[in-house]
Amino acid sequence: MELLIKNGLVYDPINGVNEEKMDIAVKDGKIVEKVNERRAKKIDASGMIVMPGGIDIHSHIAGGKVNSGRLLRPEDHFKDFERKTAVTRSGVGYSIPSTFTTGYRYARMGWTTVMDPAMPPLEAKHTHEELSDTPIIDKASYPLLGDWWFVLEYLRDGKIEECARHVAWMIKATKGYAIKLVNPGGLEAWGFGRNVKNIDDPVPYFGITPREIIRGLCRVNKLLNLPHTIHVHTNNLGKPGNYVTALETMKCVEDLAEDGKPVIHITHCQFSAFKGDDWRTFESGAEEIANYVNAHSHVTMDMGQVIFTDTTTMTADGPFQYILYTLSGNKWVNHDVETETSAGIVPFHYRRRSYVHATQWSIGLELALLIKDPWKILMTTDHPNGGPFIAYPRIVAWLMSRKAREATLKKINSKARSRSLLPTIDRELSFYEIAIVTRAGQAKALGLKNKGHLGIGADADIAIYKFNSETMDPSKKYKAVRRAFKRAAYTIKSGQVVVKDGEVLKHVDGATMWLDVKTSEEAKITEEMKRRFKDYWTVEFENYPVSEDYLAISQPTTVKADV
Amino acid sequence: MPVVKAVTCPVCGSLCDDIELTVENGRIVKVKNGCAMCEAKFLGYCGEHRVLKPMIRKNGGLVKTTLKEAVRRAAEILAEANYPVLYGWSSTSCEAISVGIELAEEVGGVIDNTSVVCHGPSILSIQNVGIPSCTLGQIRHRADLIVYWGSNPWSAHPRHIERYTAFAEGRFEKSAWRSYVNKVKALVGRKKLQSAIKRLFVKKPAPVPPPISEYKPYPFITKEGRKLIVIDVRRTKSAEIADYFVQVEPNKDYELLQAFRMLIRDQELEVDRVAGVPVEYLEEVADVMVSCDFGALFFGLGLTMSSGKLRNIDAALSLVRDLNMRTKFIIMPMRGHFNVTGANIVFTWQTGYPYAVDFSLGYPRYNPGETSVVDVLLRKESDAAIIVASDPVSSFPRKAAEHLVKNPLIVIDPHMNVTAQMADVLIPSAFVGIEASGTAYRMDHVPIPLKKVVNPPKGIHPDEEILRRILKEVRRIKKKEEAA
Ligand code: SF4
Ligand SMILES: [Zn+2]
Repeated sequence: MELLIKNGLVYDPINGVNEEKMDIAVKDGKIVEKVNERRAKKIDASGMIVMPGGIDIHSHIAGGKVNSGRLLRPEDHFKDFERKTAVTRSGVGYSIPSTFTTGYRYARMGWTTVMDPAMPPLEAKHTHEELSDTPIIDKASYPLLGDWWFVLEYLRDGKIEECARHVAWMIKATKGYAIKLVNPGGLEAWGFGRNVKNIDDPVPYFGITPREIIRGLCRVNKLLNLPHTIHVHTNNLGKPGNYVTALETMKCVEDLAEDGKPVIHITHCQFSAFKGDDWRTFESGAEEIANYVNAHSHVTMDMGQVIFTDTTTMTADGPFQYILYTLSGNKWVNHDVETETSAGIVPFHYRRRSYVHATQWSIGLELALLIKDPWKILMTTDHPNGGPFIAYPRIVAWLMSRKAREATLKKINSKARSRSLLPTIDRELSFYEIAIVTRAGQAKALGLKNKGHLGIGADADIAIYKFNSETMDPSKKYKAVRRAFKRAAYTIKSGQVVVKDGEVLKHVDGATMWLDVKTSEEAKITEEMKRRFKDYWTVEFENYPVSEDYLAISQPTTVKADV
Repeated sequence: MPVVKAVTCPVCGSLCDDIELTVENGRIVKVKNGCAMCEAKFLGYCGEHRVLKPMIRKNGGLVKTTLKEAVRRAAEILAEANYPVLYGWSSTSCEAISVGIELAEEVGGVIDNTSVVCHGPSILSIQNVGIPSCTLGQIRHRADLIVYWGSNPWSAHPRHIERYTAFAEGRFEKSAWRSYVNKVKALVGRKKLQSAIKRLFVKKPAPVPPPISEYKPYPFITKEGRKLIVIDVRRTKSAEIADYFVQVEPNKDYELLQAFRMLIRDQELEVDRVAGVPVEYLEEVADVMVSCDFGALFFGLGLTMSSGKLRNIDAALSLVRDLNMRTKFIIMPMRGHFNVTGANIVFTWQTGYPYAVDFSLGYPRYNPGETSVVDVLLRKESDAAIIVASDPVSSFPRKAAEHLVKNPLIVIDPHMNVTAQMADVLIPSAFVGIEASGTAYRMDHVPIPLKKVVNPPKGIHPDEEILRRILKEVRRIKKKEEAA
């Protein structure tokens, strides 16, 4: 099928295109030089913004933890449901939507690629079954490897290459995309109800520190030539004073960077940018983090922006979730996974009037605005931890408009307002920069070559928004920006128009991307694995890996490793 | 003879996946590693009650028909119905369940799974307070205390103890099997000693066993390593191997749970006995709970179905939450059917709710007590039903079963069970996990593949495919009607 998008105002930062009026031609799911004008289906995008489809580097949309959250919260679904239509499936859920609804809602906003960031390897099939049931968008998932016994043991013994080969095997076995670390070392300690205090606090019974795990997996990541860096949820997340841990975490891999390329991604950094000794003295550490990031080039991060709403927090960070449960007194799910990781879930309501919550809201935006280079800080809410992803239009407005920020500032806790750095920040992001923090930068950080841009050969994942950036000022008309991003005029996925005026036109499957990491010796690993497998897990070796039939559309990328 | 390894046993929620089957001429002739239930299933599944041809009811009797005709008739029934129920799902694959949900949505019916009659109360409680839990391997590696409450794994989940808990070998905790054997030997020795003493003091009257009200703690010899506590109304086989057996009076579980909650908060109990158990003994048991490094509480239908249901599980979940202030403690329901967990899981990711989902308004609605299948039947609201891999006529309340069979009834099942005998359309299916592949979820939410080991009898298809055909046919009928 051929498609021609005419006269749009195109923003394509990877190709340096900034608000150029031009046509985009699409054929067989890819962007092409030109199409047959007569035959092609034409979309008149004049007076509209054209961008690559949105990408989300970190959003919990599938798997055991997300689903336990759904089960835990019928009250989250009662108020928010979608009826079956002639083309779409029904569904429910505000902060933890059911799978079909998740896909439709992303597509309606013009997002076409979403990364689920926390897959327990033992339960990877579950993650993939749900991803396959999440329509329209392309997806991938990051296996949780920072507390996997194999990793802890190999790194403790200094066997970095062995470690790399096993990680390669694991990424393939779980059909994963990147190496995820969550509170490295802390989750193993949580197996006995404990935690680690800082990056040099040894993991009980394993004789290794979080620093060694982070550095080890950072080196493994490089040995394997993975497209994304290690993806790190820091130790001490959610605790006052933890900005120090975040800084130490970034510093600890400084020397591993080469050619100014990033080697670490600090995810939902807002939750790791707390200053103060306790909740009374709690304040923003965004400035310290931003100063560091502005002076270094080996880090990318995402915001983890907080939204004032009722949501459901869920991370692999069991000890953090336990603290949140004791602080909030809300219901609490814990789910530790043998040999690998843990998980926790606590419903949570961020309130404007709460000093801590309002400050968290401010920290997210401070980070995004104080870090000068938009390629380094990407837009997320750590869905649903900071708030549901459907809040993205609001964040776009806050980033683009001082006025939008002031409108919210007026309504928040007064102590938080008086301490917030936001009134001192004039910066307003342009649409070009928005295209970076929501698409181009995300694709670049993820190493997605065919996504996040509109150059020839790219995947034809395109969003068109009804906002005339030539005639309208987003800083003043921030509400119109919000409306435009809430309901895309068109969303095009793999060359098909799937959304028009915010309505889903088609239920199509999206692909699941994964890495086929080729190491020189592979067979030996399997033998070794089999021997230890029985000792470590309660399922048989043969039943552990995820076969490709679990993926609705399987899209492997071959990666050649240096080991 | 070919041996198929790493086969998953499609019987109970333990979902052991280390079964080895020997296949000869397309038949399973030998089962290795399985328990008695597993062996019975793999060797006997093809028994006399197997249905081999689709059937429909004509003039009061079931007569053989073609698959095409049976599918057409089933689709007609569902397409015509205003409010059909779709029930079963815990003994089939997730893939089949997924199609079942799509079918329910398409026909605007109520879809429910068997958890409504087993761990339904547990799920409601989890929705109230949450649940601290983990995978079974975590228990194998770390737990130094195992509690079974209202559950007799020895007979209902025979390999649970050996594979995952007290007798399993873990990284931080060793199997308690050897010390158990030593304990038994010691006990036997002690009995011998006692009778020797008795013989010695022959003039003294022989001690009579104390009546139940004079209940004395189970004698135990402290052993190394993991400890096992069994709490039940009966001295089950599992109780025999326990270090502590707490015999709770029937329907007094709630009192006992609350007593434990007080004890672990170091509060005094002002009575001598709770639920028929001396308080000193409870204090001792509570002490063991608090002082363990990692405790695991498994609860069964003995707790969910005893009086108080919801209250019991709320209290049990709260007890474990409280214990986490003192140590690491987890709790897990002992799920019965091999994929009842999977039914809850697939329901939840597609509809947001684990069971009792009503699609009559075009979106998923959930209100157990109203949208649960037994309640729908008791209110006589449904006007057709499709039952997949379940036998509700023999397990539902009589009034509910009566309404079920009064209306057109479609059954998909490998067996001629009681419900199948009452069917208007009966479509025999393959045994998933033996004759068809798929996915099931273990009681701890770990997904495990089910293998196809042998071929089903000729003309017999898996649930998933039968349901797909019915769905397709329903859509065709509806389209035709719309056009007309
Ligand atoms: S314990 Fe359950 S799953 Fe395991 S072999 Fe026995 S019946 Fe099968
Ligand atoms: Zn996250």
